[in-house]
Amino acid sequence: MALGISLWCAAALLALGVLAVVLAGQRPATAVIYTASLFLTLGFLANAILHLIANAAPETTILPLGLPWVGAHFRLDALAAVFLIVVNLGAAGASLYGLGYGQHEISPSRVLPFYPVFLAGMNLVVLADDAFSFLLSWEFMSLSSWALVMAHHRLPENRHAGFVYILMASFGTLALLLAFGLLSGPDGNYAFDAIRSVSQAQGAWPVLILVLIGAGSKAGLVPLHVWLPLAHPAAPSHVSALMSGVMTKVAVYAFVRIIFDLGGTPDWWWGLIVLSIGGGTAVMGVLYALMERDLKRVLAYSTIENVGIVFVGLGLSMAFQANALPDAAALAFTAALFHAFNHTLFKSLLFFGAGAVSTATGERNMEHLGGLIHRMPVTSIAVLVGCVAISALPPLNGFASEWLTFQAILLSPELPQWGLKIMVPANGALLALAAALAAACFIRLFGVSFLGRPRTRLAEQAHEIDFWSRTAMAIFAILCLLVGALPGFVIDALAPVVQELTGSHMPSQTIIDWFSIVPIAASRSSYNGLLVLLFIALSAGLTAYLVHLVASKSVRRSAPWDCGFPDPSPITQYSADSFAQPIRRVFGTIVFRVRESVTIPPPGSLGVARFHVELRDLVWDSLYAPISGAVNAAAERLNVLQFLTIRRYLTLVFLALVTLLLVLAIWS
Amino acid sequence: MVLIRELAAQGAQMMLVLLLAPLLTGLIRKVKARLLRRRGPPLIQPYRDLIRLMRKEAVLAVNASWLFRAVPYLVFAATWVAAALVPTFATDLLFSWSADLIAIIALLGSARFFLALAGMDVGTSFGGIGSSREAMIASLAEPAMIMIIFVLALIAGSTQLSIIAEFMLSLAAGLRVSLGLALIALILVAIAENSRIPVDNPATHLELTMVHEAMVLEYSGRHLALIELAASLKLLLYVSLIGCVFVPWGLAPMDSGWNAYVVGVLAYLAKLLCFGVALAIFETSIAKMRVFRVPAFLGAALMLGLLGALLRFVSGSL
Repeated sequence: MALGISLWCAAALLALGVLAVVLAGQRPATAVIYTASLFLTLGFLANAILHLIANAAPETTILPLGLPWVGAHFRLDALAAVFLIVVNLGAAGASLYGLGYGQHEISPSRVLPFYPVFLAGMNLVVLADDAFSFLLSWEFMSLSSWALVMAHHRLPENRHAGFVYILMASFGTLALLLAFGLLSGPDGNYAFDAIRSVSQAQGAWPVLILVLIGAGSKAGLVPLHVWLPLAHPAAPSHVSALMSGVMTKVAVYAFVRIIFDLGGTPDWWWGLIVLSIGGGTAVMGVLYALMERDLKRVLAYSTIENVGIVFVGLGLSMAFQANALPDAAALAFTAALFHAFNHTLFKSLLFFGAGAVSTATGERNMEHLGGLIHRMPVTSIAVLVGCVAISALPPLNGFASEWLTFQAILLSPELPQWGLKIMVPANGALLALAAALAAACFIRLFGVSFLGRPRTRLAEQAHEIDFWSRTAMAIFAILCLLVGALPGFVIDALAPVVQELTGSHMPSQTIIDWFSIVPIAASRSSYNGLLVLLFIALSAGLTAYLVHLVASKSVRRSAPWDCGFPDPSPITQYSADSFAQPIRRVFGTIVFRVRESVTIPPPGSLGVARFHVELRDLVWDSLYAPISGAVNAAAERLNVLQFLTIRRYLTLVFLALVTLLLVLAIWS
Repeated sequence: MVLIRELAAQGAQMMLVLLLAPLLTGLIRKVKARLLRRRGPPLIQPYRDLIRLMRKEAVLAVNASWLFRAVPYLVFAATWVAAALVPTFATDLLFSWSADLIAIIALLGSARFFLALAGMDVGTSFGGIGSSREAMIASLAEPAMIMIIFVLALIAGSTQLSIIAEFMLSLAAGLRVSLGLALIALILVAIAENSRIPVDNPATHLELTMVHEAMVLEYSGRHLALIELAASLKLLLYVSLIGCVFVPWGLAPMDSGWNAYVVGVLAYLAKLLCFGVALAIFETSIAKMRVFRVPAFLGAALMLGLLGALLRFVSGSL
């Protein structure tokens, strides 16, 4: 029943894509498409929530679509339901936001047809129950999002982003295809049920590597992340929110589905690999974000950081599972899923905010913004909530999931392997470093673009965004606050999935007094977001009341003090680059080979002093540049083959034939 | 009846930290002055300063936003809540389970987050310099602190501060290498977090060397008073933290009577006195370091914490 409704919703979304083509150029097209998407995704969402809460049995169905005699298998189980909620919550928010934001779109007919199709693709990936439909939906999702990235294709950087994206996406799908090939075994049955029954024993390690490449490149794991900060910001902002907040979660889903569900029991070092990649990704992502000036690219890099945190949780869970510690595995797995859910909330919110800023000012470069808190009050409050949440600060939701991850790390001395004993605390340190740097990153983002004095005329003339966009942002900000105050409800909702995949689940949280959360039943640690929130609100309110009552409440406005030398020019403010300078100097000299140089004119000369910073992206330089160089060089060499005589071509064909025959002869 | 007593103990702790915090600051100033052969301000000078600041009108920059006015209350509230959750004279107070050590440190992180934002609100270069340096210091001090928490939690089996303190009080921990490393790291972090010499100078008047003071440069009147009080509370919090984990003696355990509470308060006062004097002596005997030596200082704390955690992971007895 629930599955049927979901599939009808997906079909309706696909039909909506066609409708958008029909309506192209008509005035109400934007409103029609986004309203319909909003209701369809809400339908999906309600359906999935009901399925999860009822703890219903998995539903399967085979549709006579796709390949003849095979059909397309679909399945709705607890894991799919959780990710359907994540996908459709983000999608519903983006559609609501799009109702207002989409009105400012320059070329709506390049966005509207692909938007519902993209949503349908993501939902079908989650529902697919055989490798063929999975890969087909996966490609649907990749290609439709590629089309959305290319919506503003006249900008050369967007074309570059689209090129890198489609290259990496194809490569990732290839890796997933090979992984499914390995999983399906010699009989080659691609239905997930058959794969499950084949590989219940020890999993095969090439599958892990291939899935890490396939799903990891989509999720943005370092070093496969290069396309992400190019492509996510290039799309319109609500699509950026979907790509960052939701599509990366679909990649996490693919990883979980294949490794945890289909792939059999992991070996202990699988966890080690995933954990270390996650920790490295988290720190690298946030360091990149700190060096960036473009609002949306900062957010895209921060997505990489958060995906890293999710994979730390998944890696820990695999390590615990391999050592038959189901309670700890359940805790780490819950932490990962919870963080994925939280990330969808605050990253969507922040991208909505970035979209609002770029609509209001036409600028995405933080160095050209400033002082928006005075002109965009609602947006700035919403973005502030998002910034606090993503910086993992209590009492908001980001902290609750990071707290669970830390608690999972604290259980890991029980792991017997030496590699894990050393790498787990090291990754704990990386995680803590990433969290602290994320706070710095979002102080910078909010402080430079929303606070201070406007740096350009555009920022000075900004105006608040439309009603729909504000509503979407407000809803997500409230959700961040609610989930932060009452994390126990989300943890309990995740329990069926965790039970299914790790064989255990966290103790029931909502029955604990005052809605505290505890990591495992035996633990004596607890955290209570609701009480912390209440305490802060009460003591701040009480203090403000008493101070105003007893002490003084008079206020005088005057020029800024600035130690007696206030400078009227806004250019003397700290900029995004100068804010990051200490961190650039501490971490960047190693990670980015930063070179800073100052040229000061000789005394008496009236020339300007110049400050020059040189940054190098070592991942690009050491991995991608050689590959693209080799491809170019090979193309250059093989270019000769285009201009041969027919005689030579025939010789080549003959030689190729002989070689192939030789290979065959030797092979057998 | 039990509930009332517990509520009273929790309330007493909240008021105790609030009332003692300026006294600790005054004590350190006094001892530092005596060490320099000055007479120094009286011990109660910080209270007088606070009262005077409270009474004055607040001068706001013309372009200060609502955030600038809300931040002092938020910073004060978050720091106060955090300080009230660290055991001072008794463990297992009524609300001690609502936040563990990770959450307490993260609460201080929230306070810092807002204070750094307030530093950037008016759009002056000094505010920015303070915020940016504070962010750099925090980016190293927070992971170091998390590593210290790992060590303590792995020894005591919980991140709950009351449980850690009771475990330490029971002497079951004994002398351990990892605890020693954690103690050194914790002292380094506490010095950096509280903007003490050699990381920052709380009494500086040279703008370019300021970190914390530069961030709050635009504040005046009641707002400044709250921020100063929050800074004192944070110092008191770290002293209480070191006290309850490493010298837990005198802490009143759960369900103890009034006598134990009195002993606890007296022991706590003695601890504050010792730490205050020690900090003053330390600060007088060392010079402030350049800003870009701070990462090495905090990097050492991070490495010590990580080493302690590694030791705990590879061996249960170290």
